[in-house]
Amino acid sequence: MDMNAYLSMFIDESNDHLQSLNENLLRLESDPEDLSIVQSIFRSAHTLKGMSATMGYEDLASLTHEMENVLDLVRNSKLKMDSFIFDTLFKGLDALEAMVQDIVGGGTGKADVTSLVASLQSIVKGDYKTSGASAAVSPAATNGQQATGPALLDEFQTSVIQQSIDSGHNVYFIEVEVREDCVLKAVRAYMVFDLLGKNGDIIKSEPPVTDLEQDKFDRSFTVFTISTLSQQELETQLSAISEIEKVSVALLDLESLAMLNNAAKEQSPAAAPVQVEAAAKEEASKQVTTARSQAAAASAAPAAVSKTIRVDIDRLDALMNLFSELLIDRVRLEQLSSEIRRNDLTETVEHMTRVSSDLQNIVLKLRMVPVDSVFNRFPRMIRDLAKSLDKKIDLVITGADTELDRTVIDEIGDPLVHLLRNSVDHGIETVGERIAAGKSETGTINLRAYHSGNHVFIEVEEDGRGVNQEKVLQTAIKNGVVTEEQSKQLTSEDINMLIFAPGFSTADKISDISGRGVGLDVVKSKITSLGGNVTIDSVQGRGTKFAVQLPLTLSIISAMLIKLGSEKYAIPLTSIVETGIIQKEQILNVHGNRMIHFRNAVIPLVSLSKVLESPDFNEHNESETEIVVIRKGDKWAAVTVDEFIGQSEIVLKTLGKYLTNIEAISGATILGDGQVALIIDPNALIK
Amino acid sequence: MGEELKVIVFTLAHEEYGIEVDKVRTIERLAPITRVPKTPSFIKGVINLRGIVVPVIDLRGRFGLPESTTTENSRIIVVAAADMEVGFIVDSANDVVDIDTDTIDLPPEIVGGIKAKYLRGIAKFGDNRLLIMLNLSEVLNKSEIIQLEQLEV
Repeated sequence: MDMNAYLSMFIDESNDHLQSLNENLLRLESDPEDLSIVQSIFRSAHTLKGMSATMGYEDLASLTHEMENVLDLVRNSKLKMDSFIFDTLFKGLDALEAMVQDIVGGGTGKADVTSLVASLQSIVKGDYKTSGASAAVSPAATNGQQATGPALLDEFQTSVIQQSIDSGHNVYFIEVEVREDCVLKAVRAYMVFDLLGKNGDIIKSEPPVTDLEQDKFDRSFTVFTISTLSQQELETQLSAISEIEKVSVALLDLESLAMLNNAAKEQSPAAAPVQVEAAAKEEASKQVTTARSQAAAASAAPAAVSKTIRVDIDRLDALMNLFSELLIDRVRLEQLSSEIRRNDLTETVEHMTRVSSDLQNIVLKLRMVPVDSVFNRFPRMIRDLAKSLDKKIDLVITGADTELDRTVIDEIGDPLVHLLRNSVDHGIETVGERIAAGKSETGTINLRAYHSGNHVFIEVEEDGRGVNQEKVLQTAIKNGVVTEEQSKQLTSEDINMLIFAPGFSTADKISDISGRGVGLDVVKSKITSLGGNVTIDSVQGRGTKFAVQLPLTLSIISAMLIKLGSEKYAIPLTSIVETGIIQKEQILNVHGNRMIHFRNAVIPLVSLSKVLESPDFNEHNESETEIVVIRKGDKWAAVTVDEFIGQSEIVLKTLGKYLTNIEAISGATILGDGQVALIIDPNALIK
Repeated sequence: MGEELKVIVFTLAHEEYGIEVDKVRTIERLAPITRVPKTPSFIKGVINLRGIVVPVIDLRGRFGLPESTTTENSRIIVVAAADMEVGFIVDSANDVVDIDTDTIDLPPEIVGGIKAKYLRGIAKFGDNRLLIMLNLSEVLNKSEIIQLEQLEV
């Protein structure tokens, strides 16, 4: 049986459960009385435990088990949550996460969790308040694996059974014997397991399933199982499988369980050497058994499976590239059909245009992921940071459903972590400072995401102390970021941007959260490399806002094609406010700059032919000029062009690594006639 | 006896040059080139190479040789080196030869007006023909794009 198929499922589901555990625990922390949250936490923990046990990750299972014990007490109102319990549970979650990460990285998911387990157990016993999280409990007792050897059931399995009995489930010990003349023993064994798996969980089998599957057993085997069926039903159904000689089903209670275990222990000295040898094998087999039962469970409950498939991002990229080629041909066809002027051709091309624009939307949407997948880990991070710095902080997230291209999502996580850490560490003041400054003692960090045109903005805004410009300047001069001369000419915006300079840090003491001076310049270069930018807006004493602007998608955009003499250029439609024609007399001269009146404002007029050094066009020779009004944020400008060609969907292509950072050019595209047209970067035209 | 090296031979101002065949992606006839503003004059612009935008430079201009008008024989040799794809405009490209790496000598200080560092060496082949082997990574050196060196001839 291929474990990998289940492994990826296990990893995905574990991550989901860990995420929901994290979220719910945070919710519970703000509302400790709400027992319904405890219920859902308990459910997640329980599922996680079951999954990891079935996959054979013992440490994962035993830790979850202990956490579950604590939660169970809370759920039944026998224990009241306090900050120690929360911290321990959060630590437990971290450990679980680390283990799952280890599994993702191909590891075994093993970790030393004894101290955590000990503190969890002390919580259950209620003695943590007096003795603290001491190692009162011997670690060995909690280590499930040690028991695997000699006992018939290891500690973990025993505790699962005990719990099932406690909660009123039927636990059976089943002995199956196949007929002597049975040809396909393995198949019969499989049928037995299939039946049991459909109706419950298999806890353990002897000999292990791998051996059973390979016919490596004599005639009989035994199974511990939790089942929804009654003893009688189970017996009849099992006997109904052909070529089964004898089935005995015994209902287990706590007493008989203990007896079984003791019996096994007595036998253990003799059996020990064999058992040890078999231990490794057994380990593997256990995984198989349970994986099967998990698969059975999955097929039994199809409603729980959401209707999604996971697709390799490379395939989406390939789809995108092919589609881009198609788009170029489409434009070419449109051109041809308008030249040929045959009705049926035009109709066909128009239809194809509609279909392909729908297709384009879908292809683009396929790659879009809500930013929530990045944001969801932040509440927990902020909580921990705030706690370690002894600050009170509320994180308010809005627009988590805003979607971004997958490639951008993958890259944006780290920069945002840096910005948030910076806000917690440098931005928000301690409780004492806040009260002294007349603010509420809890600081607020707003994390916002929203669409605007072809961009997504992500803002991190806090109501902390704001940027201390004097201090920033001093440090910048001290660290050689700027000279004293230069510093005199800096605007306050420039000074704010200094904190993004390499090697800059204003924190007086270096904390492990931020303040090594490596953070913010990395943030800036990362975001710039994604085609975005970051700005900072700060009022001292009131707070700081970092705004990160990111491109929505990296591949297809709508653009206005324009002509400049013999050359063609594309201007992204999202930056265009409108187009128009102006007379030469309308151009004003203000301080040597050419301006025009536009909607009750005076905006600068930029000569595109001058910026692009056009060889064969000069608007000075024309009495009236076509203009494109573009915007960057709230700044507008009019750009003079020669002629409009029209609007078109264009495929972004880079100019390659040889030509980088060309002023006012953001890339290139291929037009319908096969020619390359350059894409103008409107942001560079507005100073 | 050294290793055999397959080399594409092209001409530039009556000299014969060579580029290893495995560095050459394709050789194209001249296609319409889109000018890219604010670049050195030897960067002629970009072309559409089957859906990929590839910058094209005039090797004559790159080496500081006088630029000439293109002819029927002019070709664009697209090379891939140092993670970049760049097209070279050359006077003609017409041969593939095998040369022995042992016959490649270090270049003299200046060959045909081209600084030695752009060259990998000079190979002899055939009936006493000389082939100037290009050092692609130097030719594509970006830090030099901004300022082209003046020759001291």
